[in-house]
Amino acid sequence: MKYEIWDNHTHLVEKLGATPEARLGEALKFADRVGISRLILFMGTFEGTYNLSPEQQRRANDMILRAIKPYPDRVFAYVYLNPKHTQASLDEMNRCIRDGPMVGVKLLVAEYCNKPTLDPIIQRAEELQAPVLQHTWLKITGNLPDESTPMQLAELAARHPKATLICGHSGGDWEMGLRAIRPHPNVYADFCGGDPTSGYTERAVRELGAERCLYGSDIGARSFASQLAKVLGADIPESAKRLILGENLKRLLKPILEAKGVKL
Amino acid sequence: MRNEKPFAAIDRREFLKASLAATAAGFAGLAVPRAASPSETGQGGLIDVNVNLGRWPLRRLRFDDTAGLAAMLRRQGVTRAWAGSFEGLLHKDLAAANARLAEDCRREGNGLLIPFGSVNPMLPEWEEDFRRCVDDHRMPGLRLYPNYHGYTLYDPVFARLLGLATGKGLIVELALIMEDERMMHPLLRVPPTDPAPLVGVVKQTPGLRLVIVNGLRTLKEKALADIVGAGDVSVEIAMLDALNGVGDLLASLPPDRVLFGSYAPLFYFESAALKLQESPLTEAQLRAIRSESARRLLPDSA
Repeated sequence: MKYEIWDNHTHLVEKLGATPEARLGEALKFADRVGISRLILFMGTFEGTYNLSPEQQRRANDMILRAIKPYPDRVFAYVYLNPKHTQASLDEMNRCIRDGPMVGVKLLVAEYCNKPTLDPIIQRAEELQAPVLQHTWLKITGNLPDESTPMQLAELAARHPKATLICGHSGGDWEMGLRAIRPHPNVYADFCGGDPTSGYTERAVRELGAERCLYGSDIGARSFASQLAKVLGADIPESAKRLILGENLKRLLKPILEAKGVKL
Repeated sequence: MRNEKPFAAIDRREFLKASLAATAAGFAGLAVPRAASPSETGQGGLIDVNVNLGRWPLRRLRFDDTAGLAAMLRRQGVTRAWAGSFEGLLHKDLAAANARLAEDCRREGNGLLIPFGSVNPMLPEWEEDFRRCVDDHRMPGLRLYPNYHGYTLYDPVFARLLGLATGKGLIVELALIMEDERMMHPLLRVPPTDPAPLVGVVKQTPGLRLVIVNGLRTLKEKALADIVGAGDVSVEIAMLDALNGVGDLLASLPPDRVLFGSYAPLFYFESAALKLQESPLTEAQLRAIRSESARRLLPDSA
């Protein structure tokens, strides 16, 4: 069986090289070994804080722009934003998505995602046909300050039913996270970042449908291998595996990629 | 069972062919490389040192029936699997749990499943559970869960148990964690076992053969190297999760101390298998991880 695999969630891996280009170039060699054809990359650097200033935000995105330049048809990118700086975020969306090669938005741990400060960003993403990937986690050990839960993402989705939202890590505690996003058909489950626990994918397909599930690895924190196993090892039809591994993300990104002249 | 592909023993020539074909195809329709059977590769099959029988307390799992698990492992090319029991975590009647484990391995395993019973040294007269594992069930090893059983590795009873096991020639598998601490059930929160005392305990137990199970999330770099260097200590890869994780691990540990562990059925088996594909490994390294390192500890004839 052949799969066309798109990885919706990757980071630059520091140990792989000194420059963004080197790090991505090396990561692609490992992607080749497990048959991954395309990557979505974001968040060039943390600079020691989740609450990036507008200048730090630009630097983080500049690193990604530098890294992806040699791979315009293979590696795509989401712009990394801090919603606490709403106007700066809108400006960065224009710079990186409207006028640049980026195709989506990544939100991490800077602001609870149910806050009204996110509304202009989500509206702008919708206009640009860009999906928004929001990190979510639900930790019994306690979330970080400003770290969103899947329930908060569900609130955001209810306010923006036409936006394409992606629930990062399916909430970490996927049994809870999948339940929280289930009523919102515009929210997709991002599979990456947690252990390859048996039953994860079967439950997601059962509760959301395979059309709302996306493979991602979270390399930088995880491996391609462990996260691919969630799909390849699942007891689901081959057609569902094809959707999750690549077809769904390709469908979501097709309008914006075609608008940018990317050949698929 | 439908939709399973064996990844256990990856044929490198087959992989290279698939990769070249994929490159030629311009990234459209890449193939996940087919795995060859152990007989095809002639590499002695695959030994999985981290499988579990019984039911996970918090969720039903695919392959949580012994017959189904054994069939899946065989399809993946596993020829021997060191099996603990999830019942060993919470059951107080460990004698019964160990007896079921031994019987399940005998009845369903047909030589595939090797029972590793559990002993809880916090229970009264735990030595009798130990004796039955050795004398009645002829188990070649034990699997210990200190964090679920309520003791630390500083506790003198831990060193005593290791000494008894070593005296009987048993392999000791020490599980540091069983699941991600962040996602535990609120009523069943179990902190990881602190491995810090291991260097001292290992040095004080000559002849000990120790395998750290589910350890590579919490145990890394110098702490890991120090423990492995303290004696005959090995690790398995089920919870190793980083890009090129196995490759990096083998840069710091000798291959004969690195074992294949899937943590099936709680983890998808394919996770461990694909890690061997992701990292560029030599044939010698692959042979060691797949089987030779485990066979050094427990020969097939044992």
